[in-house]
Amino acid sequence: MDLSAINPLLFVAGFLVAATPLIFAALGELVVEKSGVLNLGVEGMMIIGAICGFATAVETGSPLLGFAAAAVGGAALSLLFAFLTQITLANQVASGLALTLFGLGFSALLGQSYVGVKPPRLDEVNFGLLHDIPVLGPILFSHDIILYLGFAMVVAVWALLKFTRAGLILRAVGESHDAAHALGYKVVRIRTLAIMFGGACAGLGGAYISLIRVPQWTEGMTAGVGWIALALVVFASWKPWRLLLGAYLFGGITQLQLNLQGAGVAIPVEYLAMSPYIITILVLVVLSADKSAAPASLGRNFHASS
Amino acid sequence: MIRLEKRPQASQVFSWATPLLAVLATMFFGGLLFAALGKDPITSILTIFWQPLFGDFAFYYRPQLLIKGAPLVLIAIGLSLGFKAGIWNIGAEGQYIMGAIFGAATGLAFYPTESFLIFPLMILAGALGGLVWAMIPAVLKVKFGTNEILVSLMLVYVAEQFLASMSLGLLKNPEGFGFPGSRNLQQYPSAHNAELIAGSGMHWGVVAALIAVIFAYVLLARHQLGFAIRVTGEAPRAAKFSGVNPTRLVLFCMGMSGLLAGLAGMFEVAGPAGQITIDFNVGYGFTAIIVAFLGRLHPIGILLAGGLMALTYIGGDIAQSQLGLPAAAIQVFQGMLLFFLLAFDLFTNYRLRFGRAEVA
Repeated sequence: MDLSAINPLLFVAGFLVAATPLIFAALGELVVEKSGVLNLGVEGMMIIGAICGFATAVETGSPLLGFAAAAVGGAALSLLFAFLTQITLANQVASGLALTLFGLGFSALLGQSYVGVKPPRLDEVNFGLLHDIPVLGPILFSHDIILYLGFAMVVAVWALLKFTRAGLILRAVGESHDAAHALGYKVVRIRTLAIMFGGACAGLGGAYISLIRVPQWTEGMTAGVGWIALALVVFASWKPWRLLLGAYLFGGITQLQLNLQGAGVAIPVEYLAMSPYIITILVLVVLSADKSAAPASLGRNFHASS
Repeated sequence: MIRLEKRPQASQVFSWATPLLAVLATMFFGGLLFAALGKDPITSILTIFWQPLFGDFAFYYRPQLLIKGAPLVLIAIGLSLGFKAGIWNIGAEGQYIMGAIFGAATGLAFYPTESFLIFPLMILAGALGGLVWAMIPAVLKVKFGTNEILVSLMLVYVAEQFLASMSLGLLKNPEGFGFPGSRNLQQYPSAHNAELIAGSGMHWGVVAALIAVIFAYVLLARHQLGFAIRVTGEAPRAAKFSGVNPTRLVLFCMGMSGLLAGLAGMFEVAGPAGQITIDFNVGYGFTAIIVAFLGRLHPIGILLAGGLMALTYIGGDIAQSQLGLPAAAIQVFQGMLLFFLLAFDLFTNYRLRFGRAEVA
């Protein structure tokens, strides 16, 4: 075992990259849950985003177009969920599972001809002199634009929920859809928009895995990141800043176990690969005592007649 | 203007018509999908649904129906108990893997001793493996209020890694020339879950699945615990007042579904699969979720739905080899089925009203 093989600078830079898909997916789900909807289809929307983004980037040669396509793909899939839960009033848990099962199959179908293909690279943002600062430069100023977008979106969602009228309405719908409806807000429309936002974010997160983090396409490549994102929302008590912290924590663990695998630690690879999932469970256990932060209408369907 | 009106009582007719409508809609849209993939839709659908049952090689495919259907029914019966009560064990895939590992390990521990006691021991071990794996989310939910959906699902990924580690390490065949995977239980008579009647596809797992169906039916229709499950699902507050113990219910439903999933894994590894390998699991634990819903969470319905789903697996394989239909297309097909089912379910509880809304 050779721990000195782990370069601390590369490690920190790497875990920022590992955390980014989680940030996108969990942030989208946070907004969805704030509106009172529990969408368990994050994994499905992510993998659809991963293949839509990958295919578009390969065909057009532009990773940025790929990310745009991923957002559109994720949002399109989430519309299916919105239709099931908002129009046909189906059970949200079952619908979310259906979305994941369908997404995994559909992505495999779309991705058949893209196995083994190398996607175009997204360049780092040019920060000029900033990049040459020792320590901070390689960690903070050597990434692609999407990573910074993820960070900016956390700030934006936080501000939206805390300071704007739109955020207040969103939260009202999530806390009591009947009261919001009585005040004249269009509960179904607001929730559908929130679900689409969640889908677009999950799609971006998925594309970040297939275009930047890995970067290639394999079936089922999101490997549970969507589910970890769901756990992360609980971990964060539905607060954007805590979500960022949680994503870095999980990103750090993922990166650390990968580095340990590379450094040839005496623990078998399989047990290291289990660790992010086990830690997710442990974190859920520690934090699930406090449910007070959850939106009061979470998971309940709304029909105007009732 | 069309609007929805809640029915005073759930429609019995639609409750049973929904799965049929969903299957028809899936056939139609599945056909469109196959057409988009450049295959003749009618031929594809016939290949999937007709060939395995009545085609030229039906004598070969019909036994497969039992082999593929048994694990699906076994797992789905367990899941349906929890789903009815609003307890969501979606990690059956992991419990299935653990049941297989426990069962196979028990059998292999005795290799090459021959005894009629080994197979029953393996059954117990398989059930225990699934039970233990399902009790983790159950106990965490009861003790700490942890979300069982996320925990049971995380444990699927843990189990998959454990499976990989087992087939590369502890359970690896010492005479396997370094290939990953355990000894083949089909070549170890005491541990082999052989066909009861040669060529029929009937093995002990099929028997267990049928027993599970009967057991679940009696439980839900005649037993107080079954009543508690139904009340909790339909009216949680009423259940509380009638003295249902939610802790016991969670432990029972999760434990039962884990136990049955573990059994399914054990029968699979000792019979059709034969050995523990890295890719031993093929997603039965997830497909069983579709089976449970398609069967309306009703034991008899699940039996039928399991048969139908097994049909799509076998038909899918045939379509893959004969028409070159990609394997993923069948997965999409199965996913679609759940979508349409959930969508059509609207008409069970609501009806459409045409015309203008009256002013109240």
